[in-house]
Amino acid sequence: MNPVLPVLIFALPVLSFGITVLIGRYFPLKGASVGILGLVVSFILSCVVFYQLQVDPTRTIDLSVTWLDFGEYTIDLGILIDRFAAVMLVVVTLVSLCVHIYSLGYMKGDRRFTTYYAYLSLFTMSMLGIVISNNLFQLFVFWELVGVSSYLLIGFWFERKPAAMAGMKAFVVCRIGDFGFLIGILSLFVATGTFSFGALFGLSQAGAISSAVLVVGALGIFFGAVGKSAQLPLYVWLPDAMEGPTPVSALIHAATMVAAGVYLVARTLPIFSTVPQIMEVVAWVGGLTALFSATIAVAQVDIKRILAYSTISQLGYMMLACGVGAGASAIFHLSTHAFFKALLFLGAGSVIHSLHTNDIREMGGLFSNMKTTATVFIIGALSLAGFPPFSGFFSKDEIMVSVLESGHVWLYWIVVFTAFLTAFYIFRLIFIAFFGEQSERSKHAEESPKVMTVPMVVLAVLSVVAGWIAIPGVGPGFAEIGGFELHHLHINWSAMGTSFLVVLMGIGVAWAIYSRRFVESRSIYNTFKPISKLLENKWYVDEIYNFFIVQPVIFFSRLLFAFDMVIVDGAVNLAGWLGVRLSKFEGEFDLAVVDGAVNGTAWTARTFGRAVRRIQTGLIQEYVIVASVAILALIIIGYYLM
Amino acid sequence: MNIPHLLSIIVFTPVVGIIVLLFVDGKKHKFIRWFSAIITLIVLILSFFVFKQFNFSESGVQLVEKGMWIPQFNIKYFLGVDGLSLPLFFLTALLSFLACVGSFGIKERVKEYFILYLLLVTGMLGVFVALDMVIFYIFWEVVLVPMYFLIGIWGGPKREYAAIKFFLYTLFGSVVMLLGILALYFTSNPHTFDMMEIIAQRATFTRNFQIIVWLAMFIGFAIKVPIFPFHTWLPDAHVEAPTPISVLLAGILLKMGGYGFLRLSFPMLPEASKYFATFFAILGFINIVYGALVAMAQKDLKKLIAYSSVSHMGYVLLGFASMTQMGYIGGVLQMFNHGIITGALFLLVGVIYDRAHTRDIYAFGGLGKTMPVYFGIMTFSCFASLGLPGLAGFVSEFLCLIGAFSVFKVIVIASASGMIITAAYFLWTLQRMFMGSENERWKDLPDMSGRELFTLIPLMILMLLIGVYPKIIVQVMKPTLNYLVGLMY
Repeated sequence: MNPVLPVLIFALPVLSFGITVLIGRYFPLKGASVGILGLVVSFILSCVVFYQLQVDPTRTIDLSVTWLDFGEYTIDLGILIDRFAAVMLVVVTLVSLCVHIYSLGYMKGDRRFTTYYAYLSLFTMSMLGIVISNNLFQLFVFWELVGVSSYLLIGFWFERKPAAMAGMKAFVVCRIGDFGFLIGILSLFVATGTFSFGALFGLSQAGAISSAVLVVGALGIFFGAVGKSAQLPLYVWLPDAMEGPTPVSALIHAATMVAAGVYLVARTLPIFSTVPQIMEVVAWVGGLTALFSATIAVAQVDIKRILAYSTISQLGYMMLACGVGAGASAIFHLSTHAFFKALLFLGAGSVIHSLHTNDIREMGGLFSNMKTTATVFIIGALSLAGFPPFSGFFSKDEIMVSVLESGHVWLYWIVVFTAFLTAFYIFRLIFIAFFGEQSERSKHAEESPKVMTVPMVVLAVLSVVAGWIAIPGVGPGFAEIGGFELHHLHINWSAMGTSFLVVLMGIGVAWAIYSRRFVESRSIYNTFKPISKLLENKWYVDEIYNFFIVQPVIFFSRLLFAFDMVIVDGAVNLAGWLGVRLSKFEGEFDLAVVDGAVNGTAWTARTFGRAVRRIQTGLIQEYVIVASVAILALIIIGYYLM
Repeated sequence: MNIPHLLSIIVFTPVVGIIVLLFVDGKKHKFIRWFSAIITLIVLILSFFVFKQFNFSESGVQLVEKGMWIPQFNIKYFLGVDGLSLPLFFLTALLSFLACVGSFGIKERVKEYFILYLLLVTGMLGVFVALDMVIFYIFWEVVLVPMYFLIGIWGGPKREYAAIKFFLYTLFGSVVMLLGILALYFTSNPHTFDMMEIIAQRATFTRNFQIIVWLAMFIGFAIKVPIFPFHTWLPDAHVEAPTPISVLLAGILLKMGGYGFLRLSFPMLPEASKYFATFFAILGFINIVYGALVAMAQKDLKKLIAYSSVSHMGYVLLGFASMTQMGYIGGVLQMFNHGIITGALFLLVGVIYDRAHTRDIYAFGGLGKTMPVYFGIMTFSCFASLGLPGLAGFVSEFLCLIGAFSVFKVIVIASASGMIITAAYFLWTLQRMFMGSENERWKDLPDMSGRELFTLIPLMILMLLIGVYPKIIVQVMKPTLNYLVGLMY
């Protein structure tokens, strides 16, 4: 394949970013046209690349150019375009394009409209940079750049304090992960002299890297992924990130950037697979995250926060899949999740745009006034819940089967229970927001403009069909498309049956409580009050972190500053003060002995004047003289000693 | 066309300017300002010619000017540049010009200010090209005197205290350094102040002698860098110094310390340097993490950036301590990058201080809406400073860490945690100053002026350029730094 194609896919958003930042306001649609046009071309090219690699997988590109040359070592930049990367290119450009178009409606009239599109281009460019990287260094570079675009977009409405705080929190929490990532990269590089995936995979598989280095390397990389993909214990930034504009939540905090951690682990799976103990860590962190955040999602009332906790939970599924070595299942779920979760967020955005509230209790009965939004939202929900034949069903099923077959029975049941919770919380949302009695706000609800509904419909179609490639006889299976090692394709009917059953149960329970109201939800809340409180308050994790980490660090920094002022600087001032005392003493001595017989009336004034003058002007000269004499003495002594 | 005696011409151009200014009527403020700016611009333009005459593949000193000055003591007039000094020399020329334009806001005693300013420029330029230790010492001290007056006369409310603290502290350091220089002189055979000759004789110095001299020089350079616990003059001096002087203080003066280590201590005293390497790396760690934590506690924006300098210079120590190619390149590049990034940050502090007459971070809030351009440039510079990839600071910090990681694993891991704290205090600062609802008190502040943009845009371009294509500057320093690493083994 011609390497110009993938380079162009990446370069167009770079160009859009530059143009939009500098002269965007002179272009049609206040600069939005630049980003959209560039992205349309990028998307088409991505499809071309995808197609070419499906036809002929041997046309993989792995090219490097030297960025910095140190003789012994080099730091290279390069691209790796295989079927795996091609899938990601299509997903990223497609979702990004949908969000670009949708935002024309959602962000209409915003005073920083052009800036918004510039940030979107910056993000798209960085995300594509991650996907095409063929080495860890370059991936890290773009990894940080998606972080900064996320920061800028979360805090886009920075006049609102929660948005400003959320942006900061997102960046700093992710940096904790990136710190680990950096250490991982450093240890691998220092041991092998290369950042390149190909070389590192070869060396680790051949057993040429010591296991200590591999453990540090894999753990470090995973730590980075934990930050970006919002896994336990660093997930806390993602719910807050919902302060950003909703299309941004769809693109960055659901479909693409947060999935970058999963992408990273799946990409470097050949390194992970050499350290089984780290694989166990990955699997358990993923599984527990999936469960933990699903429990929180059950008790939230903010539509975006429910979706955010759902995203964390789904990312946990993907991470778990990586942990049991099923990279293909992870990326399959990443792709379908990108479509249906972006869809759910855009749907939520459509509702928020119309109702100006995030609280599902203020919605209710929205279906009749917003038929398109409601329909696509339900499609997204069915897909998320894993209802056949929607796409989420297939990808989630593959993860479940992989977990079961890897022998992690406990994790399997965690996943099954999480699937129940997932179906429950998302249909709880649907029954409360879209059905039942119309709320005051819902009565005046209006369907969003075409520019917003069309991207949603596109994503809805994909949310239905994207999974079908996994049906034997219909599609080739995702492993084939993504270029993963083929594990034998078969259907585990018992796992599939279990999963279908729990999904039905979840939907059924939600229906019983929130639609038919067989049981009053308030009474359930009161019966299990301590648990309800705990879940409603998100297990108090933010409070715990604030109390045990944030406040102590701030306190410690103030303590150090006090130490700096009082002890370190105090010692300096003490030395200075002693110097002044010395010169004053000399001054007085001078006065008493030499000027002893001076007239009494003038005496007081002159003493004062001289003492002061001594300090102010005499000090430096005197000091130089004293120092010079001391040095001379030292030199003479030293000279004789040597 | 090669200009003969180019280095001398550049170094003494400001002196010519001083002589002219002495005869100018002190009331002609406009002329004095423009004339000084033109002098520093000439310096900057001439420094480009140095690049033109410089052979990038050679490791030794070039554009050499060498002559006997005081034959009785074998003191030479010896100037030259190599890959270590050229980036810093260029940085000096660049920041001198930009800070000179930044000095147009000075209203009091304009003539004296610019005379002292030009003297300072000569001193700084001289330090980086002097290759005879006596000349080096003279330039080193020449920097001190105008700095003392520039802080003491044009500074803030506590200027006298800050100025005298700065002066005495650094003078103390340089006097001890002089002791080291003299010891080297008396021990070398034949006695010489010529740096190159002393490096050639390094194998003849005994280990104990090396350790003593190393410590003497360490005190001189450590105060300048500044290395913990010798850093407390820095926040005071910065807070009181006028904006352009802060720029030079952080941008150039701190680099004199780092330069001293790599020009004198390390190549002349390799045994001692290796003996102290771990100690040096630990100090690097302390600088990084301690500086960052103390920066987080600051309420005064200028003090915050002063402590962030302490933190950033820690990476330089870490890189040097590794005595590897990547560490050395990272360290020198970090000095250069810190010069442009922190230079920009101090200029930006000046922008808000000129308008609001306060630097209290908590007094602001909501400035982002009032001054969007200022907000944008500040965000850009803060991200450069916190090591965002794609901008200059990341490249050098990454190289320092990677160079040091091969030698000091635990220290590097501990130091790298500084990247989290650094992100926290910079973003927290941005949040407190710019975000939130618009503040009534500041809603009439004008956004950045043309002159302010003129001083900042070149620095921003450099940050981006070095971040994306660091080779442009790495290729200048590589051969020399390779050679200097080689001297260590």
